[in-house]
Amino acid sequence: MKQIAFVSGKGGTGKSTLVASLSILVRNKMLADCDVDAPNLHILLQGDVLKNEDYFGAEEAFIDSAVCVKCDRCRQICRFEAISQKIEIIPMKCEGCGACVLVCPAAAIRLEEARSGQTYVARTPRGTFSHALLDIGAEGSGKLVTAVRKNIHGFYKNEEWVLIDGSPGIGCVVIASITGADAVVAVTEPTKTGLSDLERVMQVARHFQIPGFVCINKYDLNPEITAEIEEFCKRGGYPVIGKIPFDPAVVSALQEFKTPVEAGNCEITAEIMYLWSRLLKEMEKAEGF
Amino acid sequence: MKIAVLSGKGGTGKTTVAASLFSCLDRCQYIDCDVEEPNGAIFLKPDLPVSCPVNVPTPRIDPAKCNGCGSCRSVCRFNAITVIKGRALLFPELCHHCGACLIVCESEAISEKDREIGIIETNSSGTFMHGRLHIGEPVSIPVIRALKRRLQEDIPVVLDCPPGASCAVVRSIEGCDYCLLVAEPTPFGLHDLNIAVQLVRKMGIPFAVVVNKASDTDRSVQKFCRQNGIEIVLEIPFSKEIAQEYSRGILPVVANPEWKKKFMELYTHVERGIQT
Repeated sequence: MKQIAFVSGKGGTGKSTLVASLSILVRNKMLADCDVDAPNLHILLQGDVLKNEDYFGAEEAFIDSAVCVKCDRCRQICRFEAISQKIEIIPMKCEGCGACVLVCPAAAIRLEEARSGQTYVARTPRGTFSHALLDIGAEGSGKLVTAVRKNIHGFYKNEEWVLIDGSPGIGCVVIASITGADAVVAVTEPTKTGLSDLERVMQVARHFQIPGFVCINKYDLNPEITAEIEEFCKRGGYPVIGKIPFDPAVVSALQEFKTPVEAGNCEITAEIMYLWSRLLKEMEKAEGF
Repeated sequence: MKIAVLSGKGGTGKTTVAASLFSCLDRCQYIDCDVEEPNGAIFLKPDLPVSCPVNVPTPRIDPAKCNGCGSCRSVCRFNAITVIKGRALLFPELCHHCGACLIVCESEAISEKDREIGIIETNSSGTFMHGRLHIGEPVSIPVIRALKRRLQEDIPVVLDCPPGASCAVVRSIEGCDYCLLVAEPTPFGLHDLNIAVQLVRKMGIPFAVVVNKASDTDRSVQKFCRQNGIEIVLEIPFSKEIAQEYSRGILPVVANPEWKKKFMELYTHVERGIQT
């Protein structure tokens, strides 16, 4: 089983639309939405829930005010400003490190598991689908991503692929999404910001020694910047596996909860199928070395 | 007055709104809190002569003093320490710099040393500032904290936030007086707007919505706002010209004076909203 992580650096370049389209075109695969604080794939992928669990990926300190002697040591040791002058925990600031527990002379503080979100595994017509939703403002998004990816293995039935829909950025959530993946596909767009963010996310893929591939979405919106992206990819050794044209019909279809494939958009569908076949070829080539 | 611009979903136009607001005001500070992928500089093109590292205190374990007792490993909630062959060993990327290991080490083998995880770059007047997290570093919060320590109190501040709704967004918007939520009219955009609304409500920050890439065919964002008593303060229609200017790093307020007027009105409106 091979895992392909779709990332972008910049948000809104078309990751989820591409993954949702591939979920129809690629056979024998599982799906994982690792954008846990703003997940979108479940909007297009309806199915029967096989598993739904609370996820406790973080801890939070609790102070027993009846036992607390107000010595202030916990507030002084806390590096996250998570304890107020009145010696109360500020939950949204607490990282659950437990330093306060260690210095409390009255044993008034304990760590308790805090829910960071919910995980789901669903059976959909397009394959088993694992996703999650981070609780509003909760800590532990990176761990929740790891849980989404682990969850899928419990339902493994000889599938050939896992398609991972990643999140924007380059930090913990992205690192948790791509760690151990067989390939990273970055979906970019021909804008100055798209290129700048692509450069950084490809460096992250390289840092973790994962082969990187690039798809230029809406490539005809700015031919000069598309050329710059291709030049960057050539220099970096990242094969450009797809160039998808700008088509307002893609957004119109999405507004009706349809991927371009379902909307019968032949040109875009053909490009996406071509992208997948290029990815397979390039991955084979990369393994051959 | 501190105004945070956020969105939930990425690519809806946070930077366009934040940078436009900044460039319409005479005296204002712009802070790019999207330290994973900062983009404000692409549009605002500032000189950035000032650069300073963001360091985090990272434990250093003296192998000569470490007796391998493992108490540092057992207190570390982030699994950043292991014990191999009777010596504690740190995985610096996993460390949250909380200092718990220092507290429990009885052989005084642990000290702290600064480790650079990112940088902050600033123009000479300090009115433009962004942070850049180094490649491979997972924890962006210390860079955001370092940016927020440099907030100017006497002039309006616009904070361009990261996408999503995780701790990086919480750290960016906390302490702000007002939030502008930028949304686009697609099912994805609406879903993530809803998440952002829940976040700012939970944190008790007044807010309003800017609809970007607005269209006549999908009015779902407008309907959602009406049903939930949320004010829409600006609508930027979808336009290929705006998209093409954006692709070259040009803001609508630079290309078209009409937009400058609209953003100045937006600011006045927000200012009034904060005061009342």
